[in-house]
Amino acid sequence: MTDTVVRAAPPSAAKPVSNSLLRHAQYVISENSVTGMAFGLFLLLALCALIGPYVVPYDPLASGPATLSPPSLSHWFGTDQTGRDIFSRVVVATRLDMIIALSSVALVFVMGGLAGIAAGFFGGWTDRIVGRISDTIMAFPLFVLAMGIVAALGNTVTNIVIATAIINFPLYVRVARAEANVRREAGFVQAARLSGNGEYRILLMHILPNIMPIMMVQISLTMGYAILNAAGLSFIGLGVRPPTPEWGIMVAEGAANIISGEWWIALFPGAALMIAVFCFNLLGDGLRDLVDPQRRT
Amino acid sequence: MFMTIGKRLVTVIPTVIGVVVVTFLLTRVLPGDPAVYFAGPAATPQSIADIRKSLGLDRSLPEQFVRYVSDLAHGNLGNSLSTGRPVVTEITSRLPASAELTLSGLLLSIAIAVPLGILAAVKQGSWIDHTCRVVTTAGVSLPVFFTGLLLVYVFYFLLGWAPAPIGRLDAFATAPPQITGFYVFDSLVSGNFETFRASLSQLILPALTLCIFSLAPIARMTRASMLAVLSSDFVRTARASGLDTRTVILTYAFRNAMLPVVTTLGMVFSFLLGANVLVEKVFAWPGIGSYAVEALLQSDFAPVQGFVLTMAVLYIVLNLLIDIIYGVIDPRVRLEG
Repeated sequence: MTDTVVRAAPPSAAKPVSNSLLRHAQYVISENSVTGMAFGLFLLLALCALIGPYVVPYDPLASGPATLSPPSLSHWFGTDQTGRDIFSRVVVATRLDMIIALSSVALVFVMGGLAGIAAGFFGGWTDRIVGRISDTIMAFPLFVLAMGIVAALGNTVTNIVIATAIINFPLYVRVARAEANVRREAGFVQAARLSGNGEYRILLMHILPNIMPIMMVQISLTMGYAILNAAGLSFIGLGVRPPTPEWGIMVAEGAANIISGEWWIALFPGAALMIAVFCFNLLGDGLRDLVDPQRRT
Repeated sequence: MFMTIGKRLVTVIPTVIGVVVVTFLLTRVLPGDPAVYFAGPAATPQSIADIRKSLGLDRSLPEQFVRYVSDLAHGNLGNSLSTGRPVVTEITSRLPASAELTLSGLLLSIAIAVPLGILAAVKQGSWIDHTCRVVTTAGVSLPVFFTGLLLVYVFYFLLGWAPAPIGRLDAFATAPPQITGFYVFDSLVSGNFETFRASLSQLILPALTLCIFSLAPIARMTRASMLAVLSSDFVRTARASGLDTRTVILTYAFRNAMLPVVTTLGMVFSFLLGANVLVEKVFAWPGIGSYAVEALLQSDFAPVQGFVLTMAVLYIVLNLLIDIIYGVIDPRVRLEG
């Protein structure tokens, strides 16, 4: 850990570092082809989220004449109870699911990251208060707490984002706190202090950029969990309203048809969900190998 | 030993206080009028005003908190708006169903994950190690409600081996006499094999769903801690002394490797209690999770609040039990106490 700090600190050495990082990335990907595959999947997801709504063959909200028809050439993933094309719905839903997951992760990154750095850097009361808050969150089974938060704040997509951010808060605090704590008396911090920087300035301008790589790993590791959590909430009927295409609610809509054998309504959105989570979990593992080889499993 | 447990019990107190405060705050401080939540969607201004008075919302926040805590101390979680029944009776009557499901899922998961993890560590790099890796990565990526639906499709619709996902018993079977509230156990004890078979066949699929979900963390932890223990000095000494592999692995390595696994169970329970809600919804299981979901959709807040509190208290108790078990397995923890 201290090695990375020393290597990353002098700005003049930036070029060789990024070069060796590139080589290291190449090494990690060639060593573990699964990471490469995950990256491909990620590009596919990003593509669906960006241009999906403009290229799908059918309007995801319009019902058609063929109801409950199995997958065919005209409807790749079949149609649902009202004749809507499932392929179009699955592709269009990517954007909403990604937005929910990304914004909740971004929110918790800011909240948890800052609280954690402050706790690790200042110690004392800040540390105690932040620690108590995250202990209290951890005292709940997390999905149950998310249900309670959505119930209290109101049944909207925004509140699903907030609830998902809150239940991830302790994870970010733990990582940021540990990393900031290690760097508290590091050479570059003392140098910054000697040159007259205030404590808050050191925190934001010196500590924060230094722990950024590890926080990025944390983001991609929790992305999958954020997607699962949001989909779980919308599966039980929270947040997203029925006609809107979203993977969790689409699985819920297809659930009743499973016992009469129409498997495609729930299977395709469920599979999309699975692939997205799988992709982010693998990507997170790959990124961690890249940034922090010691924790490799 | 008792000192250790006593000390651990003391640390529970602030956690319980935190949980009670949060469940209280969930309704009182957040934006919006709590009386409107409790009154439900079809409320008139008059009924909202009545509810505000009856809930004591016209008083100050500390006063309200004292009232909430004293209600809790008397075992009063309020009444459900849609059924009119007290939340406490509803939750206590449904709790055994959830507990039966969660525990059987966990036991099944331990029974599969622990041997899998041990084998993967002992035969590192073999096909069983790769299987273990695939299972654990897939296990954490599968949405639990999706696994449940897939199992229903395969085992009910395609193969016809499992009964329809309609709760704990089919329409023809009668519930066994209440002993523990666990149908499988009660029917076996009272000698009613018909009901035993019926309840067991209803239980298998949801339990399997939870098992697949919780397999990953347990197997991963078992493998990692087995690997660490196997490369330690005392295992080398045991091997050098000529003990056979079986004794070394099962008696020496296994016991030590189990300690971190027991610790991970705390995290596994957090996931399981949450996943339980989704599994109950898929299989129409009449537990507290499906009770909370129904109430949630009708904006009936008292049951949800009661449910969140019950789950949190259960989770705290389970973590306490895990720590006590840890102390029983590991003599070093006892010495420190």
